[in-house]
Amino acid sequence: MNISDILILGPEILLIIYALMSILFASFFKHESSNHFIFNCTILMFLISALIIYLTPLEGESNIESIFIRDSFSKFFQVLILLSVSCLLFMSKKYLEKNDLFKFEYPILILFSTLGMMIMISSKNFLLLYLGLEIQSLSLYVISSFRRENLKSTEAGLKYFILGSLSSGLMLFGISLIYGSTGSINFELISSLITSKGFYPGIIAGLVFLISGFAFKASAVPFHMWTPDVYEGSPTPVTAFFATVPKIAAVAVLLRVLFDCFGPLLESWQQVIILISVLSMLLGSIAAIGQDNIKRLMAYSSIGHIGFVLIGIASGTDKGLSAVLIYMVLYVIMNIGVFVFILNMERNGVAVTSINSLNMYNEVSKGQTLFLTILLFSLAGIPPLAGFFGKFLIFNAAINAGLSWLAIIAGISSVIAAFYYLRIVYLMYFGMVSDPLNGNMPTSHWLILSGSAILMLIGIINLYGLEGPSFLVAKSLLN
Amino acid sequence: MDYLLSLVIFFPSFGAIILGIFLRAENIESNKNAKLLSLVSTFATLIFSLFVIYNFNSDESGFQLVEEYEWLMGLNYKVGIDGISLPLVILTTVTMPIVIISSWKIENKVKEYMICFLLLETLILGVFCSLDIVLFYLFFESGLIPMFLIIGIWGGNNRVYAAFKFFLYTLLGSILMLFAIIYMWTVSGTTDVPSLMSFNFNSSGFSLFGYSIKGGIQSLLWVAFFASFAVKLPMWPFHTWLPDAHVQAPTGGSVVLAAILLKMGGYGFLRFSLPMFPDASILFQNFIFVISIIGIIYTSLVAMMQTDIKKLIAYSSVAHMGFVTLGIFSMNQQGIDGAIFQMISHGIISAALFLLVGVVYDRMHTREIKFYGGLVSRMPNYALFFIFFTMANVGLPGTSGFVGEFLALLGAFQVNKLASIIACLGIVLSACYALWLSRTVIFGTITNSRLLKITDLDGREKLFFFPLIVLTLVLGVIPFLILEISSNSVGLLVSNFVENIE
Repeated sequence: MNISDILILGPEILLIIYALMSILFASFFKHESSNHFIFNCTILMFLISALIIYLTPLEGESNIESIFIRDSFSKFFQVLILLSVSCLLFMSKKYLEKNDLFKFEYPILILFSTLGMMIMISSKNFLLLYLGLEIQSLSLYVISSFRRENLKSTEAGLKYFILGSLSSGLMLFGISLIYGSTGSINFELISSLITSKGFYPGIIAGLVFLISGFAFKASAVPFHMWTPDVYEGSPTPVTAFFATVPKIAAVAVLLRVLFDCFGPLLESWQQVIILISVLSMLLGSIAAIGQDNIKRLMAYSSIGHIGFVLIGIASGTDKGLSAVLIYMVLYVIMNIGVFVFILNMERNGVAVTSINSLNMYNEVSKGQTLFLTILLFSLAGIPPLAGFFGKFLIFNAAINAGLSWLAIIAGISSVIAAFYYLRIVYLMYFGMVSDPLNGNMPTSHWLILSGSAILMLIGIINLYGLEGPSFLVAKSLLN
Repeated sequence: MDYLLSLVIFFPSFGAIILGIFLRAENIESNKNAKLLSLVSTFATLIFSLFVIYNFNSDESGFQLVEEYEWLMGLNYKVGIDGISLPLVILTTVTMPIVIISSWKIENKVKEYMICFLLLETLILGVFCSLDIVLFYLFFESGLIPMFLIIGIWGGNNRVYAAFKFFLYTLLGSILMLFAIIYMWTVSGTTDVPSLMSFNFNSSGFSLFGYSIKGGIQSLLWVAFFASFAVKLPMWPFHTWLPDAHVQAPTGGSVVLAAILLKMGGYGFLRFSLPMFPDASILFQNFIFVISIIGIIYTSLVAMMQTDIKKLIAYSSVAHMGFVTLGIFSMNQQGIDGAIFQMISHGIISAALFLLVGVVYDRMHTREIKFYGGLVSRMPNYALFFIFFTMANVGLPGTSGFVGEFLALLGAFQVNKLASIIACLGIVLSACYALWLSRTVIFGTITNSRLLKITDLDGREKLFFFPLIVLTLVLGVIPFLILEISSNSVGLLVSNFVENIE
């Protein structure tokens, strides 16, 4: 271990030192303004570490490569996570202030969970992966019940905790089975062992447990049960966080484990992934139809989107992987846009989440309606919006990999899903006049909403130049 | 003029962007400005499209005015026109200013209305011009969004149902086409339309789940494209969304739908199904003939029973589209020429008919056939136009309706005599409902007291009927105007088709 190894861990070390210092700081200066200070500093720290990670050169020998690695894959996902988490934290400020939740613990908990995700993505070893996962999950359990006096929020936290610890247990059991069969917890060693000696039943069993655990984190069917309840019960900024950042991390880790560690077993895990992908897409599209709560609707929508992402993973090709990366970026942008709108849905100072309250929203605010409409059409995957390209790339990868039937199921479920996105558009533009929402939105939120909608529009030009880099990242993961 | 075609395609949306960004106020003046600005931009597009005709060489049969730029994922932005697409482009650019003028009385959300139509024009022109199959899909599918909003926001009482039905029906149809497109891309490695036309997709049969599939992959691809185009065109039995959409859409929406959007289906058959899957097309020829004939006869009969004028015209559109498919799948020069001609002529005539319905609907707010009667005594000009266009719709010689139907039937007759003889019955049936409609609505004495104060066409309304009348007559007497443009490209299409059949 020398100085260059520590430098590789730089952003994580920076974040952890900052987190500890801000806890100290907050306990000495118990004042409203110190909360603001911590909030802003946390956002700044996220941005700084994103910058550091972005600038870290890829080459460079390190002695801890077998445990922790900063390759192009982890760089891509870590930068994505850090950028979206800073945007989400920025968004949530106003809501928390209004609802008396503006406490210094919030940014610190978010920071710890983000730290956990960064460690997860970079780990090359099951032990470190599990540690990262637990740092993330423990913070998330607390955040989801952040509104302590509210019954639903407490329920959400408890539910998430119980099911989450069950899934952690499953995953740990899987890891121990794999360790028992191979004698190693190192991804590369396991991978080379499988290549040279074929596979043991123990590895397959362990792999299934492992995938179940990740499917829980990514809220894929049949491990999705917690999603609608937690989304509904948590305070809206937390829901926005749940819908985006942990999803990115879960998909990234799934990719890392499946390709880095179990790449040679592609045919074995492909079937599992295909199964949960089909179930997720169908459930995500059908169950959302009856929802009246927009947060629950977004929960089912996210389940459906994860189903699409899993198709890309199941294809197992570089095309599929780069499609997954682009899909995740688009998904995050769209969700941030939609949630910044949901954060501001209120009537006479009380937050509202019913879809019917959006009736004739066009009369309240034309701009917001237009932007939300663009985002919803994009979520539905209608061209010429960028969301279409996400789906198109996934279909393309599936058909290239000979999984045409899977693409057809995906297509059908995306038509069904289009219905419930359209329903919101229909309510906003040509519904019945009812008790309208306030429709106020701070300028910063308005900028985020319009920005994400405009990004969806200009994505048609070149997909923000993501195509080339994502292909390189996918290639590097496959080798 | 390297960018001429792109200029034509994107000029309307340029107008839409200006409208969207700079027109903020909401009062009578700004509404008027919105209308004027959209009129100017559609009219300018019309002028530009005339330059396209000027630069078009009808002796060449290939694609002209081609522009090609790199786009993402190895796809290209490639546009160009040939004799098949040029008439449709002109039809679009001619129709849109008329639509804008006809919507002059709209008071509700004028700016949004105009933006929707301008964007729609760009997307439609994109469909007819794109020479990259993914680009085509993009334009084809994007048109759903403005049309959904047009039906939904400015439509009639049952607009929600109609808008959803329209959207989901067409989306399901075209998603199958998307898979076929991706598959073709995977197999051939290109999305370029001309190269796909010369690529031979495997047509040897194979068995799937114990069923042997004749024509193999080509048949499956053909079916996927058919799903999309048959819904769009629409062909019987995929037409059920059309009457709903037409009845609920505002007049302008109906006109665009009938005059232009339906033609995208026919265009698709000509551009993709025939040249790319010749063997499958032969295989499905009789199938198409059968459903075309059922479509012609059945929807004509249904049209006779309607109580709503707009619904009647909507069903008559489905019947006329039957002639188009009949012509296309006769796969010879006359048939395809006739189909193209019929598309143009139906575009003009159905636009006029829907505008005529719009005129009385604006005054009386009902489309019930029973409500009207004896309009001739209050509205002589209207009666004249109404009779003229219903007769053109029947296909009276001297109007453009005759030429298209005649050529299409002539083409079909060479391939399948029985089919074309039965299809001829459709002309008789169309005369039945058209005459009945005009007798009930126009002639007789006024029995409904509310009609006593109805006023005749004003200057604006005459203005938008005038070009349509001229076009109907001119094309009816001098059909070469269109046939000259299209015949060389059709000739190439037919000769390639004959060559490619195994």
